[in-house]
Amino acid sequence: MTSEIALPTDNYLTHTRGLWSWLFTLDHKRIGVMYLITITTAFLLGGIMAMLVRTELMYPNHPPAAQAKTMTLVPREVMSKDAYNKSFTLHGAVMIFLFILPGIPAAFGNFVLPIMLGAKDVAFPRLNLASLWLLWIGLVFFLIVLVFGQLDTGWTFYTPYSTSTETAVIPAVAGAFILGFSSIFTGLNFIVTIHTMRPPGMTWFKMPLFLWGLYGTALIQVLATPVLGITLALLAVERIFGLGIFDPKLGGDPVLFQHFFWFYSHPAVYIMILPAMGIISELITVFSHKHIFGYKFIAFSSIAIALLGFLVWGHHMFTSGQSILASMIFSVLTFSVSIPSAIKVFNWITSMYKGSISLATPMCYALMFIFLFGIGGLTGLFLGALATDMHLHNTYFLVAHFHYVMFGGTAVAFLGALHYWWPKMTGRMYSDFWGRVAVMLIFIGFNLTFIPQFLMGTHGMTRRYFDYSFLADAHPEIATYNLISSLGSLVLAVGLFIIPVYLIKSLISGRKAPANPWGGATLEWQCSSPPPFDNFPEQPVVGDPYDFSRIEYDEKIDGYVRV
Amino acid sequence: MSPFAEWINRGISIGLFAQAEKNFWLPEQASTFAPMVDKAFYFLLGISVFFFCLIVALMVAFVILYRRRPGVESQKTATHNGLLEMLWLGIPLIIVCVIFYQGFKTYLNIRVAPANAYEINVVARKWAYSFTYPNGHVDEVLYMPADEPVQLIMTSAPGDVSHGLSIPDFRVNMDIVPGRYTKIWFHALEEGEHQLFCTQYCGTGHSDMRTAVKVLKRPDFDKYLAEAENYLKTMPPEKAGEILFQRRGCTTCHTVDGTRDAAHVGPTLKGIWGHEAQFKAGPPQTVDENYIRESLLEPSAKIVAGYPDQMPTFKGLLKDEEIAAIIAYIKTLK
Repeated sequence: MTSEIALPTDNYLTHTRGLWSWLFTLDHKRIGVMYLITITTAFLLGGIMAMLVRTELMYPNHPPAAQAKTMTLVPREVMSKDAYNKSFTLHGAVMIFLFILPGIPAAFGNFVLPIMLGAKDVAFPRLNLASLWLLWIGLVFFLIVLVFGQLDTGWTFYTPYSTSTETAVIPAVAGAFILGFSSIFTGLNFIVTIHTMRPPGMTWFKMPLFLWGLYGTALIQVLATPVLGITLALLAVERIFGLGIFDPKLGGDPVLFQHFFWFYSHPAVYIMILPAMGIISELITVFSHKHIFGYKFIAFSSIAIALLGFLVWGHHMFTSGQSILASMIFSVLTFSVSIPSAIKVFNWITSMYKGSISLATPMCYALMFIFLFGIGGLTGLFLGALATDMHLHNTYFLVAHFHYVMFGGTAVAFLGALHYWWPKMTGRMYSDFWGRVAVMLIFIGFNLTFIPQFLMGTHGMTRRYFDYSFLADAHPEIATYNLISSLGSLVLAVGLFIIPVYLIKSLISGRKAPANPWGGATLEWQCSSPPPFDNFPEQPVVGDPYDFSRIEYDEKIDGYVRV
Repeated sequence: MSPFAEWINRGISIGLFAQAEKNFWLPEQASTFAPMVDKAFYFLLGISVFFFCLIVALMVAFVILYRRRPGVESQKTATHNGLLEMLWLGIPLIIVCVIFYQGFKTYLNIRVAPANAYEINVVARKWAYSFTYPNGHVDEVLYMPADEPVQLIMTSAPGDVSHGLSIPDFRVNMDIVPGRYTKIWFHALEEGEHQLFCTQYCGTGHSDMRTAVKVLKRPDFDKYLAEAENYLKTMPPEKAGEILFQRRGCTTCHTVDGTRDAAHVGPTLKGIWGHEAQFKAGPPQTVDENYIRESLLEPSAKIVAGYPDQMPTFKGLLKDEEIAAIIAYIKTLK
């Protein structure tokens, strides 16, 4: 069958050759691919740290007296307290700053955004390359942290702990500062590109919803990230010059740091989830072969989330001693931001109604997203409500909620996007069977890992605890939950490790991909797989991105064609 | 019962209405807040389970009903429906308003203490608490009277980091910040013992920062306070020193039986009296009264070789006769 596909003689992968032609390319597609490789490496690094944390927490460090002789799979204590503190800190910092934040916008946004607009590249290709190099420099700083002194502040860098610890806070802060600029450059580039480079006929409301997601994300990147930069710079100034800003010893205010930090880091949560929601809008419609339901509500909800997201940072500080009035206002605003997310979920479900639903691997990820993000979103209500937050704040309930949103939401959408655009990026099809095996393992492993954590949390198990023996003495089920959670994380890890195996195999021996293997109506499916160097030889014709009525399956090429 | 059957049993009880196993969702209710917070929790749980089941049921139903089959096309349906969409904007909006109101009402109760609350001052340091009672007595365990409001006025020791204080059985949780006071109050229902621990990450010993809440009947509490006030005068100094060693949290980091393990950050104190201590910098010194006094008040002045500079100062927190008692106690650790 492969011989039926007219292969382009030249594509972006073969256009020029050699390492330099990659490192200094201005091509958005190559930059996207290099982002993808870098970010996946960071994901692996952060994942190893997570496994270390779960291995340590598999058993309470001291067994209850009654079962002192019980056999365990691993030693009760696999590392020292300080090593544990460094492990969870690096897990958080690497996952947040190097995987989740840049993940979808930088890797898939870069690759897809210009093609979806029918353009040849982003508005500022050199700025785009600069942002990739900044990511690499930031990564180098984190590697320096890893090799020298490590970091034990938690990814949140809370003062005054972060101004008094002896670990390598300065390089870590410098790394996060540089990564912030990488993020700002990408956001700026996307805003300008979407404003100025849309093709004739593509009005704002004819844009694919992924672009609305990226647009909302870019707004936050440009407006919020500078605050993180300033905060981290102030922290560095305090540590180096002893200027009193956050440390009460020097006349500063530690709660001020929390305000500054969350003023960025809460909107940053939406940097992480908005592009993921955009991807789900694409996947649901393409694999249901059906028009999106309520386009405008979904588009506006992205912008509403981006704007409201700026006003809710204080919900991280309900127990910090902030005033009752402030807590009340932040609680109200927090609930208001849950509405646009709910609208999106209902609209996705309605979009599937009377569709023709294919369960190809990317769609499995989209369905898994709705399931897991549903749990993540609903458990957020418990933490946004003031009364229940007083009990659940800083417990594993929060840890589980966060992972349901960030892994169950963003990382699952990332994997969905990877499987959706892999044929476009590489020109090869992977094994759908192994793809779905991985989906099942990830789904089972993830839920086994994190559902028990909700119950640990409601019984008081606190985050960042090295030893929970005393809690397990009072509530023996906490030990059971931790064991299930650690075993679940192993299943999750196995599921994730299957993915690179079949993806790499597809590069070697995979079937050549048709231009449109899934039946997408957005422009990137009109150019060949992989796309030619300049994307489109001539300006493509723009239509409704969700009109599938004229896209039909062609057996000869095992792909879809426009009729 | 075999372990396997026990697991199955536990698995069955993990149903939504798993009231059969007491405390499946939440721990024991030991304060007046607990029923209020739990009511809000179960209300939210009901709403969440309902909407989650609705979403997943629709999703699964659509995937089965409209699965891709050869020869069957997707059908055109409306691409938007303003009324329907306003409906699922409006209904969640009303529900979250109710949730907010319920949460806020209880929160006000938790944050605003009644005027007649019994006040206890709390100082948190790496990695212990000290509770100071109105009569000046200091303890590392929180003793409190049952069935009356008690307020904690909390701060971190000068130069220390932020900590937290959580008593899950009471459903309270509050940060403790250096340089400012945070407050929390509660009304314990009856006498009993509960766990109290730190919830704000504070470094190496974060998970060791825990103690007990001992709720006593009012007469027992008064008796405890009266005895506690006088123990320095009534007891032999080495006995009083041992009590102080417990109550000021020294045992978090120092063992007295010669054990050296990862759980204890500081050196063991067994047999140090009269020995020559080796330091990171400076000449060695024999452990005597002056050295111990200095180690308590200026712990960073001399760091024992092989240990981190982690000990907080007790300057202003120990009276002279208390230091004398601790010295007397350390002398007995042979």
